[in-house]
Amino acid sequence: MKTAAYLRRFGISGRGLVVALPYLWLLLFFVVPFVIVLKISFSDIDLAIPPYKPLLEWVGKNSLAIKVDFNNYAFLFTDRLYINAFLNSIKVAFISTVLCALVGYPMAYGIARSKPATRNLLLLLVILPFWTSLLLRVYAWIGLLKANGVINNVLIWMGVINEPLTLLYTPFAMYVGIVYSYLPFFILPMYANLEKMDWQLLEAAEDLGCRPWQAFYKITLPLSRNGILAGSMLVFIPAVGEFVIPALLGGPNALMIGRVLWDEFFSNRAWPVASAVAILLLILLVPFMMWYQSVQARESAGAR
Amino acid sequence: MNYKSSYFIITCLAFGFAFLYIPILSMVVFSFNASKLVTVWDSAHSPTLKWYYALLGNDEILDAAWISLKVAVINASGSVILGTLAGFGLARFSQFRGRFTLNAMTTAPLVMPEVITGLSLLLLFVALEQLIGWPAGRGITTMTIGHMTFSMAYVTVIVNSRLATFDTALEEAAMDLGARPLKVFFVITMPIIFPAILSGWLLAFTLSWDDLVISSFTSGPGSSTLPMVVFSKVRLGVSPEINVLATITITVVTLMIVGVSLWMARRAKLDKAAD
Repeated sequence: MKTAAYLRRFGISGRGLVVALPYLWLLLFFVVPFVIVLKISFSDIDLAIPPYKPLLEWVGKNSLAIKVDFNNYAFLFTDRLYINAFLNSIKVAFISTVLCALVGYPMAYGIARSKPATRNLLLLLVILPFWTSLLLRVYAWIGLLKANGVINNVLIWMGVINEPLTLLYTPFAMYVGIVYSYLPFFILPMYANLEKMDWQLLEAAEDLGCRPWQAFYKITLPLSRNGILAGSMLVFIPAVGEFVIPALLGGPNALMIGRVLWDEFFSNRAWPVASAVAILLLILLVPFMMWYQSVQARESAGAR
Repeated sequence: MNYKSSYFIITCLAFGFAFLYIPILSMVVFSFNASKLVTVWDSAHSPTLKWYYALLGNDEILDAAWISLKVAVINASGSVILGTLAGFGLARFSQFRGRFTLNAMTTAPLVMPEVITGLSLLLLFVALEQLIGWPAGRGITTMTIGHMTFSMAYVTVIVNSRLATFDTALEEAAMDLGARPLKVFFVITMPIIFPAILSGWLLAFTLSWDDLVISSFTSGPGSSTLPMVVFSKVRLGVSPEINVLATITITVVTLMIVGVSLWMARRAKLDKAAD
């Protein structure tokens, strides 16, 4: 124990060492990168490797000049493409979140109210797709939605339509893909919340003359508010920056900010512009992330 | 408590699960289709295993799968170590300097859009290379670091919530009897949170195995992962070999999940019997 006491004198304790490793890791690989993104978003584009100019430059012998360039941001606000992409991403993410809630809430409710044995099986069925590759599950929808795909073939065979419908590479396909991929992210926190519900409250309400729908609206819905919020945040925040689904299902006109960032970076090699897009996206999403964290804190505080 | 659900709820469940599973089942069915058109069933020559043999002979996909496997295993093991440390610290040390920051840093990667994480990691690696010469170029190392950064956040959440449901009585008793903290951790805490560590490892493996966006930003020439190869193929349309790949993935995941759930259910039963 002598060494421990010795180390403690320098402020090093066993406890400190336990948290220091993950702390430093996240600091270096999660926080510092954002500082660098911020820095590069103020740099000029350069035809070099890497394709940006340094922020600090030696001018003359002894003076160091800082060149902060707001051009990248100005550029984002003058070109309608970027503003439209931002607005469209928010719209798509919002509608997808509402759809996820409409589909996911009854499912989570049904699971929470089923017998314990059935409940575990149903939960397993929700979790299973979540463990299978997102890319492959999005790919499955290409097979279902394309012109000679499963849905069109079935509809033609049933005589509902004569000509195949254009489903793939439309906003419809993109919404289906996002709701499909993010549904488990809504159901799981929703279920975790509903599972803790005291169902006797509902029985009491019904005994006192409430109709089932009234009881749901007056009791279940307000009590499950935190679950709805947590699930919605888990869908909304990543959906705003989604890249894979719009790229595969949305067609060339599906303007999503994640895709714009990707193209600026990989196709145009405009790293400073891509960085500025990332910073704006982050500014947009941080309030939601903080909201999510406070909802989570309330949920776990309520559980104990 | 009554378990009766209305017809409305049962219908919702039925449609919801149909929505979740029809696309998955369609990939499995069409992986046995002989036609190159994939979704047009060629009843004269199907079912067939021809695309399974084609996949086994496809070096591009096999090489990428090997790289993905290496990254996923290293990532899962590293993430479990970092995530367990962070989860343990957050659950067991009620107050320490930086607790709030650590909590925020382990929650943020869960919801951060991948394009932002990917871009920022790449810019970090480029800046580090200019500054200290490491990492020299990008490849498996940089990808693994990127994957670990978001995977460890998931492990932290799992370990933290597992520890939150266990009181500290056993650990305190061992301490009172003179066991050193390190010994308490390995003899008492580790076995308690083992299911969480196992799920964490499997989840970290899967996250890495599936990741496209962060890999694309942080990989270098010659280190394309399986999702990167799949993505470039899928962009051109459907391909029978991808259906085969999906079927294999689904089978492995299902077996793994069912196996682990059965094992955990048995363990929980044994725990109850021991009480």
